[in-house]
Amino acid sequence: MADETEDAAAPGDEAREALAAELAELLGDAVVETHVEPGQNLWLRIEIGHWRDALAALRESGFVYFGFLSAIDWSDAPEGRYEDTEFDAAGAGEDDDATSATAAETVRRGGGETRFQMLAQLHAPARHAAVLIKADLPDSEGTPATVPSIVDVFAGADWHEREAHEMFGIVFDGHPNLEHIYLPTEFEGHPLRKDFPLLARAVKPWPGVVDIEEIPPELEAQLEAEVMAEFEASGAGA
Amino acid sequence: MSPPPTASSLRSQQAYVAAQAADARVNVELDTGDMTLNIGPQHPATHGTLRIACQLDGEQVISAEPLMGYMHRGYEKLCEVRTFPQCTTLINRIDWLGSFANEVPFILAAEQLMGVEAPPRAQWIRTILFELSRIANVSLFLGDMGVQVGALTPVFFAFRDRERVLNQIEAVTGGRFHPNFDRIGGLKDDLPRGWIDETHAVMAKMRGFCDEMEDLLMGNEIFQARCRSVGVIPGEVALDFGLSGANLRASGVDWDLRRDANPGLAWDQVDWRVWTHPDGDSFARYWVRLQETREATKIVDQLLDGIPAGPIMAKVPRIIKVPAGEAYVSTENPLGEMGYYVVSKGGLEPFRVKIRTPSFSNISVVPWVMRGTYVPDIITILGSLYFILGDIDR
Repeated sequence: MADETEDAAAPGDEAREALAAELAELLGDAVVETHVEPGQNLWLRIEIGHWRDALAALRESGFVYFGFLSAIDWSDAPEGRYEDTEFDAAGAGEDDDATSATAAETVRRGGGETRFQMLAQLHAPARHAAVLIKADLPDSEGTPATVPSIVDVFAGADWHEREAHEMFGIVFDGHPNLEHIYLPTEFEGHPLRKDFPLLARAVKPWPGVVDIEEIPPELEAQLEAEVMAEFEASGAGA
Repeated sequence: MSPPPTASSLRSQQAYVAAQAADARVNVELDTGDMTLNIGPQHPATHGTLRIACQLDGEQVISAEPLMGYMHRGYEKLCEVRTFPQCTTLINRIDWLGSFANEVPFILAAEQLMGVEAPPRAQWIRTILFELSRIANVSLFLGDMGVQVGALTPVFFAFRDRERVLNQIEAVTGGRFHPNFDRIGGLKDDLPRGWIDETHAVMAKMRGFCDEMEDLLMGNEIFQARCRSVGVIPGEVALDFGLSGANLRASGVDWDLRRDANPGLAWDQVDWRVWTHPDGDSFARYWVRLQETREATKIVDQLLDGIPAGPIMAKVPRIIKVPAGEAYVSTENPLGEMGYYVVSKGGLEPFRVKIRTPSFSNISVVPWVMRGTYVPDIITILGSLYFILGDIDR
């Protein structure tokens, strides 16, 4: 069974590798890095300065079907529930300073250094191919740089850019109507940024914290103690 | 129109002048320029709370702008503070008419990151439940579209027959609408005894329902007059706006993720076809959905006969910690392409979940397609694009 799946994955692999090479050639300097996850996806990281040109070039080369556009905030979550516990850090606790760069690489498919990263997906229906496009977005003191809008390339990007604007505070240069799409007009802040607190969690501890699935006995006591200590500390403190 | 004046009579001349004046006054009062009409937020055609602000010139729409957010629940943020297994409870509620289908791509993305593969039996049962969700979801549309054009009977048929499918889903999962049945590595439970035969019977009934809808609605002259050539979306525009599902295939684009990018479910094990329609109008969208529902019943029938034996869960740890990485999995959900871009940093909860919902992109074409249409057609077009508000607002 394992051999079969590896054999089955190999052709998809080659197709994606070939596509990655082709796109790297097509886009030239704009490409920073490509990454192929066998049998899964193809990532293409491009220079943010070439964001609009590269997407337009991809459209010309057959990637005419717009998937989605969004962003990722890579800064650490301050309110993560298990982030600080020993239990959660068991696998990742060692790579504090020296190996953090390699850790970042394993997390980020296709790499990346900046806090904000643009993310988009395009399909090429005629070629049965899809590509995930990323671009590092520099920021100064938490304010991400301006990105050229791609509404004139893909009309469907309109709402996706408005969503990324309100959720991450990214400004799309040349967008015809860059207003809130979900949130009230007067809403302040950018909810999907990691430094935006989830107030419901701050006010009341999440009851689901003790309700994760059945736990093996050897870990149960340890986890329960940690989780309950944290739960009581935050709950009783508030 | 006033009758032509008869010059012989002063009286009739006066009447003529008065009538002209009245006409002029009426014409001034019925200034047809720029009237704003709000459709919604509460409207039966919107399956939730969507507001459409229309600028009208008489009966004609100058611009239509959907205003959403009345049901925004912030699922992408909420997923970041839940463990992976807890996320499926939320995800169920995105497209509430086809809940099980929502869970599948998220679970598949998590499985990709963990390097886990569900056993074949689980994949087959997943595919069956997925298609049952599609039938339950789309059959409601098939009846509901009648209501949008003023035919009340079909929707009662739809509710009656959809219930049979929901009963089958409930018999397996325990939930009519929110099964929460998919697990990382497999499924919560196996099928109950006698379920396969019952489901065969239900599928035969659903094919009967499709025939009924075909007779009742699609052959109906009024339905055709209201839907044909209304809200035409050409294929290139559909691709440009990222339309997916039946909306895309009704514009003549032959694209179905079940066939073109199968993430490992059992669709490639059975014999079925992708239906497309070249017209791109409201009628084509109805036609494609009807064919797809019928096709789905055939898929289910074939899958039921071929379920492999074996376990329904792969070996996964009790506490799910997903290794660091990123994965994007999308599937052909009842409404279109639903994808989850999942980022994990190796913890118990996802670091970021980007949910690509079909209705969000499908509705983004509304300002484009509504320009120049007439007020009664707004509802027909909205109905035929078929969206679920939870799927737009997330």
